[in-house]
Amino acid sequence: MVDVTPHGADLIPPAEVGEMELYHPHSWWTKYVFSQDAKVIAIQYSGTALAIGLVALVLSWLMRLQLGFPGTFDFITPEAYYQFMTMHGMIMVIYLLTALFLGGFGNYLIPLMVGARDMVFPYVNMLSYWIYLLAVLVLVASFFAPGGPTGAGWTLYPPQAILSGTPGGTGPGIILMLVSLILFIIGFTMGGLNYVVTVLQGRTRGMTLMRLPLTVWGIFTATVMALLAFPALFVACVMMLFDRAIGSSFFMPAIVEMGEQSPHNGGSPIMFQHLFWFFGHPEVYIVALPAFGIVSDLISTHARKNIFGYRMMVWAIVGIGALSFVVWAHHMYVSGMHPYFGFFFATTTLIIAVPTAIKVYNWVLTLWRGDIHLTIPMLFALAFIVTFVNGGLTGLFLGNVVVDVPLSDTMFVVAHFHMVMGVAPIMVVFGAVYHWYPKMTGRMLNEWMGRFHFWVTFIGAYLIFFPMHYVGLVGVPRRYPELGDTAFIPPSVHTLNEFITVAALTVGFAQLVFLFNLFWSIRHGKEAGDNPWRATTLEWQTAGTPPPHGNFGKELPVVYRWAYDYSVPGAAEDFIAQNDPGPATQGGPA
Amino acid sequence: MSAILIFLALVTAVAGWWLARQRLMSKPWLEAGPVNAFPETEASLLHPAKLGLGVFLAVVGALFALFISAYFMRMVYADWQAAPMPRLLWLNTGMLLLASVALQCAVVAAHKGQVDNLRLALLVGALTSVAFLGGQLLAWRDLAAGGYFAAENPAVSFFYLITAMHGLHIIGGLLVLGRTNVRAWRGERPAKLTLTTELCAMYWHVLLVVWLVLFAVLAGWAADFVDICRQLLS
Amino acid sequence: MAIALVLVLVVVGSVLFHALSPWWWTPIASNWGYIDSTLVATFWITGAVFSAVVLFMAYCVYRFRHKEGQKAAYEPESRKLESWLTLVTAVGVAAMLAPGLYVWKQFVTVPKDATEVEVVAQQWQWSYRLPGADGKLGTSNARLINADNPLGINPEDPNGQDDVVVEAADLHLPIDKPVKMLLRSIDVLHDFYVPEFRAKMDMVPGMVTYFWFTPTRTGTFEVLCAELCGTGHGFMRGIVMVDTEQDYTSWLQQQSTFAQLTGPAKVGALADQAKAVAAME
Ligand code: HEM
Ligand SMILES: [Cu+2]
Ligand SMILES: [Cu+2]
Repeated sequence: MVDVTPHGADLIPPAEVGEMELYHPHSWWTKYVFSQDAKVIAIQYSGTALAIGLVALVLSWLMRLQLGFPGTFDFITPEAYYQFMTMHGMIMVIYLLTALFLGGFGNYLIPLMVGARDMVFPYVNMLSYWIYLLAVLVLVASFFAPGGPTGAGWTLYPPQAILSGTPGGTGPGIILMLVSLILFIIGFTMGGLNYVVTVLQGRTRGMTLMRLPLTVWGIFTATVMALLAFPALFVACVMMLFDRAIGSSFFMPAIVEMGEQSPHNGGSPIMFQHLFWFFGHPEVYIVALPAFGIVSDLISTHARKNIFGYRMMVWAIVGIGALSFVVWAHHMYVSGMHPYFGFFFATTTLIIAVPTAIKVYNWVLTLWRGDIHLTIPMLFALAFIVTFVNGGLTGLFLGNVVVDVPLSDTMFVVAHFHMVMGVAPIMVVFGAVYHWYPKMTGRMLNEWMGRFHFWVTFIGAYLIFFPMHYVGLVGVPRRYPELGDTAFIPPSVHTLNEFITVAALTVGFAQLVFLFNLFWSIRHGKEAGDNPWRATTLEWQTAGTPPPHGNFGKELPVVYRWAYDYSVPGAAEDFIAQNDPGPATQGGPA
Repeated sequence: MSAILIFLALVTAVAGWWLARQRLMSKPWLEAGPVNAFPETEASLLHPAKLGLGVFLAVVGALFALFISAYFMRMVYADWQAAPMPRLLWLNTGMLLLASVALQCAVVAAHKGQVDNLRLALLVGALTSVAFLGGQLLAWRDLAAGGYFAAENPAVSFFYLITAMHGLHIIGGLLVLGRTNVRAWRGERPAKLTLTTELCAMYWHVLLVVWLVLFAVLAGWAADFVDICRQLLS
Repeated sequence: MAIALVLVLVVVGSVLFHALSPWWWTPIASNWGYIDSTLVATFWITGAVFSAVVLFMAYCVYRFRHKEGQKAAYEPESRKLESWLTLVTAVGVAAMLAPGLYVWKQFVTVPKDATEVEVVAQQWQWSYRLPGADGKLGTSNARLINADNPLGINPEDPNGQDDVVVEAADLHLPIDKPVKMLLRSIDVLHDFYVPEFRAKMDMVPGMVTYFWFTPTRTGTFEVLCAELCGTGHGFMRGIVMVDTEQDYTSWLQQQSTFAQLTGPAKVGALADQAKAVAAME
């Protein structure tokens, strides 16, 4: 190893100490409810996201019941189906995954992993959560509004989103949805500023960028992207609110709706699609990049081996983040936009596949010659790779403009994005919960419940979404509550649909076991100790478990090495913590 | 989407410049050891609040760049008719400019510890900003009096929408500036007010620039300018 | 351990499923066989990559699972390996992209001799318009739509008088003649989708979109709407029949033109409306 000598005695003072006065809660309320501690906020975010996610899960059962057994459930009318579908999609993408990865994992892990006592703007951080909660409540309120929630699809395409042919279109449903999204974006921006500035300015001494764990890189890059992409959704929502509430014509052309001439004139529905997907495509990576980062750390820790090609991994994260802003129109190949855009966007889309593939190679190469402990987090990480590779490869079909033409708007698309941004990131969420739960509570999650949960979820999810591609290949369009008698759809497709529904219900119920485990293990789990996985990163080196307010003891840890010193030749143990000066270093912590 | 892409290219350039200095090519596994070996890649000494505001302003920039993108996209449709620009906007622009200058003076005063100048500058900054907002409201009234309502003509809809968005940002800034004023007039020492004054000044400068760009777009000069560039190129 | 086995089963199962499943696309009825070929080529490449990655993973899990006293190797990176993998990936991606773009070029280049056929969508039915004897479609405008002029054809435009209007009924097309489908919607987004033709395109109110194809097989094909358009979306069906030249001509003769449908009595009223709309714009 190269011996690096210090540049001289003038030490840089740690940026964070002294600069930021740690906030001290005085009452139960300010400690657990209106808390400014990122760890409490993280748990609030995660709890809320999981609660609303449960609603989305139940909605998916209802949709699957309708698709598997059409005509059996009278209350699932086409209106209801579209409302379930819209709410399910929107909740899963925004209110569950985005909130959980950034608001949940971001809040919990960033300060701990970079060696900070808290986020840099704790008060703003608290506001962020409460605005998020408000956004969720407004969303939930739309279920009880006259006319019900909007059924416009999670893409909310105008004109139909604000017309009477769509459930909630002329009632409060769509307005509540737009308001909720606007609130979410405001709340997220507050949180996002925290995550970014904490990574930049809150790092402890010695924590250079290249010593950051990939989890932090992933969440950091995703947050930067989200900060720049969400404004597009914000603009689209505000303009649609104008069209809906005061009758302006941003997106609304002259149309004849149900035999009536509308007052609108000249607007452009395609403009909405550009704005929406300018947000929507980066959104895919906003969910994926944190998952990429976290899974890298899970694999490395549980295979007791450094992540293969750390530098490449960092470059790939940054590169994907930048490139994902110039691929948005691959969602619009058949939207009627100028056909020549197809050449450009197909090319950029397939280029993005290269850094993504490199990440996959590096995960598998990390397993090579490792010492693989098949713990539950590791199992979920493996499941992530399988589902992500599967979904990523079908993305090549849909990104390659002409191949997309027959497949777009079919169940193939539904299968593809569930695999790549539904199942795969959720696998990482589960892996991460099993991995960090011991740090958050001091106890391990129950092993047997965990393994049961893993097997049912992994195999079940694959059985739901792999065959679904073939339903789409047959030609079945998406967003169809029932197929009716359609000549080109053979009866066997209906049988397949029944099978998928049964698989979906099974997977759904396995999640209840997981929820039960979360509560049960708080009291009955095995004691975990400070560092049950023998991991190197700073969150495992805290003053206690769960980490106390302020995270670390009197002094902040000082970082001497990167996050992946596993199985270093000659070392006494198979891991060296980041704050371990090691035998070779002259001079202890300053 | 050209406006937002240009804006993002700028952001990317800044980010790339910064990343280029972070030793992304180094091999961290070979560099275990003393903490202070690479001071330039550690957290900088910049105050977090300043960086935070900088990042926030980038988000604000993206937001308005997107509004401008939407404006340009909508503009090419057949029914587009330019909206009349109330003359008052020139006066308002002057007000906002004054506010920006005043806050810059406030920064200087705070650094020099001149209590009276600081108070005065902060007050002028706040009052001229309020005057700007009032002026914008009057401009709206002018338009409405001329029969231009938000719904009929898309250029007018954009005018109301974009000025409202910009105004909301000024109002948000005024909350902080108002608090700074109260603190200054209650007799807090300038040294303690330096940071918040600097933050206000930075925010106002950027919002001024944003307003100038928006003004140019709404008045149609930006489109003319683009046309001229196109002609020069072809 | 079980996981290594399951990973192998995932690969084997997926490949077998693909090979044996009865679920495959409908027999093609247009000239877009190239699209199918590109799709099949993509299946081969991606299938190979998927199998390789997952099998390699299964092997690693089996071979390097934790055993007492085992220690992982220490290998931070390998520039050579990474460069090779990047290169191979780039070549594979290019191998899919190049034919894709080539076929897209054809897809967006409408042949000169294609006849125009207009499809008009509304919640939730399909109507059609064919150029009459003059071979030209008249202009149209959503503002002109009313009960007597459901497609909003401009009564002032002489090209439009002989246009054949097929309101909410089946469309017929002659076999082996390239057609350019002009797509128009009068309310919300729809998408004209016939699985057997492979091509599809959104219909956007306020603009006319298009795609082209040549029907290559006679028969009756179902039209579906492929862009969410409200509660009736799933039920918005139609029929396209591809006929021999003869059948097509006899069908065409039974259809009415715009002029016939409106009749002299209504023409005056429609024309007044058209003038009013023109003045407004
Ligand atoms: C076991 C879990 C899940 C099941 C069974 C399920 C099922 C479904 C079904 C049946 C649809 C409607 C398909 C259609 O008719 O077009 C749908 C749509 C959707 N789902 Fe899921 N889903 C699950 C999990 C997720 C997750 C985790 C995500 C997060 C990304 C997600 C995101 C979406 C989106 C974005 C839509 C599209 C909604 C729309 O078309 O507007 N789903 N899902
Ligand atoms: Cu439709
Ligand atoms: Cu439809």
